[in-house]
Amino acid sequence: MTDRATTFASVKDLIEPFNAKGVELDESTTFAGDLEWDSLTVMDFVASIEDEFDIVITMNQQAEIETVGQLVDAVEELK
Amino acid sequence: MNATTTEAVLAETEEPQAADLFAKFEPLIQERDNLLAAGVRDPFAIVMDEVKSPTEAVIDGKDTILLGTYNYMGMTFDPDVIAAGQEALEKFGSGTTGSRVLNGTYQGHKACEEALQEFYGMDHAMVFSTGYQANLGIVSTLAGRGDYVILDADSHASIYDGCFLGNADIVRFRHNNVENLEKRLAKLPPEAGKLVVLEGVYSMLGDIAPLDEMVPIAKKYGAMVLVDEAHSMGFFGEHGRGVAEAQGVLDQVDFIIGTFSKSVGTVGGFCVSNHPKTDFLRLVCRPYTFTASLPPSVVATATTSIRKLMHAGNKRAHLWENSKRLHQGLRDLGFKLATDEPESAILAVLLPDQEKAVRMWQALLEHGLYVNMARPPATPVGVYLLRCSLCAEHTAEQVEQILGMFEAAGKATGAIS
Repeated sequence: MTDRATTFASVKDLIEPFNAKGVELDESTTFAGDLEWDSLTVMDFVASIEDEFDIVITMNQQAEIETVGQLVDAVEELK
Repeated sequence: MNATTTEAVLAETEEPQAADLFAKFEPLIQERDNLLAAGVRDPFAIVMDEVKSPTEAVIDGKDTILLGTYNYMGMTFDPDVIAAGQEALEKFGSGTTGSRVLNGTYQGHKACEEALQEFYGMDHAMVFSTGYQANLGIVSTLAGRGDYVILDADSHASIYDGCFLGNADIVRFRHNNVENLEKRLAKLPPEAGKLVVLEGVYSMLGDIAPLDEMVPIAKKYGAMVLVDEAHSMGFFGEHGRGVAEAQGVLDQVDFIIGTFSKSVGTVGGFCVSNHPKTDFLRLVCRPYTFTASLPPSVVATATTSIRKLMHAGNKRAHLWENSKRLHQGLRDLGFKLATDEPESAILAVLLPDQEKAVRMWQALLEHGLYVNMARPPATPVGVYLLRCSLCAEHTAEQVEQILGMFEAAGKATGAIS
């Protein structure tokens, strides 16, 4: 697997505990629309991403991230 | 042109319909409507018909014990406080009509700031019109573009709003997690300006922050530290200065934010600091500069109350007794509380869902006890609770009465067996 594919797989695993509706995940899955996450869920999830990859995603950066693919790209950049 | 074609042309030429701005609230509106349709009272629409003392009011014609106010030190009916307010009202009129930086600074505002300086033993004090504005103003003004604000994920809305009003980069760490705070700080550029924002007592769960560990870590990474002591002023520490005093780190804190609407018993907010340039903030802090100052009667009541709180050791001791007794009593009855030990004047009784929480809240009200019902987003995800806030003026007998009401309501609603 490429680095990006590995990151994608890890992100998918981290989404699962918050994926209450069992939405099928791909690059274009949106957090607000498809996963229907509220701001509190986002907060918990972002903390788990930060801990897993040992990165910091500022709230300002989070505002720009709408899809799973965009998150994976951001993680790749911040790692 | 037949009718069908006309409709098609009309549909094509019609102006697009603007989105309904209220549509985003629809799920919440539905949830609330369903709840009220089930026959419960709206927990967020309580009206106090009469307030008899810091601990008693009349709600819907019924004598009720108040266990859901922030009147921790019971100052709202203190005779000296009331007299000071009356005198100021007579001498200085009902309001200032202007901002602190123009016509809105009266002798009373300066006296209030002097009382705060003395209370905290600090060089500077700035009075704001509310505690919300104090956080909004200080957080947004101190940290600008290129700086970082590092805050606890469970921070109060006024702190978050301060972040949104400013231009700094915002980084959250897990609630009260010392290791998480350090990990985040270690990842930030060493040369960037940093403001770590903490709270002494977290208002929803009533838990306190490990400031003795967090403040030194923030300092290690060169950050300034702001501690919101809204729910701890008057109660924690030898001089009532808050959790930072109680845990021995007050001298390392750069800014303390607080409010008059809790232990002080009126309304207003403040920032105290030893930083030599603090006073300059008066000119650049928008929620300070662009709003009307507090009425003379309000600052007069606050000043008198703050000065009395300096010598309120007995009240502090009695409030701790109340907190310990109620915490133990509720646990003995079988209720689940947010903290294993009583950590503050706030005790949060956890309930499994919104419906159980509202039913329990209503049953307590029917027995003559008012507590706060809280749900997300005010609480963390999935947490529904009844928040009990004790007052130094609650008598030992009232605490026993409260426990009796919890037992009856808990059994009636199935919250306890």
